Amino acid sequence: MSGLLSLESVTARYGASQALFGVSFEIAEGEVVSLMGRNGMGKTTTVKCICRMIPSGGLIRFAGQDLSRLPSQRVARLGVGLVPEGRRCFRDLTVRENLIAAARQGPWTLESVAALFPRLGERSDQIAASLSGGEQQMLAIGRALMVNPRLLILDEATEGLAPLVRQEIWQSVGRLKRETGMAILIIDKSLRELRSVADRGVILARGRDVWTGPMHALNADIASAHLGV
Amino acid sequence: MSRESVINWIVLAGLVAVPLWAHLSDEPFTITLATRAVILALAAVGLNIALGIGGLVSLGHAAFFGIGGYTMGILAHHAQTYTPVMEWPLLIEGTKSMPVIWGLSILFSALAAFLIGLLSLRTSGVYFIMITLAFGQMFYYFAISWAEYGGEDGLSIYVRNGFPGVNTLVPIQFYGLCLVALLIVLGFNAALARAPFGLALGAARQVPARVRAVGLDPYRLQLLAFTLSGAITGLAGALFADLNRFVSPTMFSWQLSGELIVFIIIGGVARLFGPVIGAVLFVVLEHWLGGLSDYWHIYLGLMLLGIVLFGRGGVIGMVAGRERSHD
Repeated sequence: MSGLLSLESVTARYGASQALFGVSFEIAEGEVVSLMGRNGMGKTTTVKCICRMIPSGGLIRFAGQDLSRLPSQRVARLGVGLVPEGRRCFRDLTVRENLIAAARQGPWTLESVAALFPRLGERSDQIAASLSGGEQQMLAIGRALMVNPRLLILDEATEGLAPLVRQEIWQSVGRLKRETGMAILIIDKSLRELRSVADRGVILARGRDVWTGPMHALNADIASAHLGV
Repeated sequence: MSRESVINWIVLAGLVAVPLWAHLSDEPFTITLATRAVILALAAVGLNIALGIGGLVSLGHAAFFGIGGYTMGILAHHAQTYTPVMEWPLLIEGTKSMPVIWGLSILFSALAAFLIGLLSLRTSGVYFIMITLAFGQMFYYFAISWAEYGGEDGLSIYVRNGFPGVNTLVPIQFYGLCLVALLIVLGFNAALARAPFGLALGAARQVPARVRAVGLDPYRLQLLAFTLSGAITGLAGALFADLNRFVSPTMFSWQLSGELIVFIIIGGVARLFGPVIGAVLFVVLEHWLGGLSDYWHIYLGLMLLGIVLFGRGGVIGMVAGRERSHD
């Protein structure tokens, strides 16, 4: 299987404590994969390894390239768009400025981001720090799209948001899947929403991948064993 | 129009009106003071790209000011003594032409800023301040020991250099040249701050990791900013040398680097006209308080203390309010 992204026995450590003991999975072009697991099982660490924000062992390949020696900005330029946990917009810049600071050539432009998130279009001259949490999340997604990625990574994109705003975000993820065929890696707590949008799931436990399969095969036994739901 | 742009327009009007008034009422010394303010403002506007937008506190910008000054001094010195700057491997003659001198000053100071930035930007925070200070001092001591060009005594240039179509010996005309240079650079800065490059540079100051996550390299952004910044300060150095018709190692002194930072803090960090207001106030105070007391720096120090403690947006911030935070 020739995946867009493949991880083989990826390990990582924070100082003396090891966080990942061997994580392997693949994402194919246009596939939506959810990365699941309880808190502290290594989901965000895995994302940080992919984006080269922390050093890792094992093999990570993206579009045929070995990422292990690249600085993180090169990984982004190869086409990995990260929407980080906790949103992290450029707080002092306006919505528009946040977007154009990140812009790279490609189909995603200010107009197409505004079409996906009409609220961003309406607030284009507002300072990012003054946006609501949901709008900041949309801006973080919009900023990642402006890089014109082949793989979009959403790390806890709906965490701490009001139900209506969550719905709006899930709808736009669904639109991205249907309309662009972009590969997406999602970390989220809401299993119900993941089932509706993701093709496959990967479950991490104690720094290892313990289950991989199509989302419809994720039955109650597996969920209660590894996710506690 | 925002309050900040109202202030900018008032400052601009003052920079045009006061020297014109001085010219009409035959007060050449006031024009010289204004020229000094405009040139120092230009140097600080250059530093503001690195310090204000990029958050790079360089305590070595006098190096670029001095390189600009010595570029002028050396070229003009050879021109007035009818000796070549260099005979081998190719013959280089001195020149008294401002456009040529300005071009070379920008080139050499940009080159120096690029090389210094290449090394210094690998560090950050207090180490960056110290390493830029060290580079500045290196140039200072080199100039002191450079006997061929006057060493500690510096170089005197007898006649101000020429600019096509302008009589640079007339104070108001030379002032006009300096003001136009400042305005061009301010226009450039305004465009830069709104361009993706300037936005990303500002973002890199705050969250470098996020900038990397969108595929940009903070080191490269900062290196380009530092190079542009040094080039502009270098141009100011060449003008300053022409104003005084004299260059000396004090142009490289770390006190000057410190003063440039003071201008920016007084006026307002990362504000387009911040360094201009700071430099004008400094020159006015230096002249006015300097006439009252030899220890005028005490009053300047108190004022700086007040601004840093109570008005963290500088003069512009106090009048116009904080539009954006700059930590």
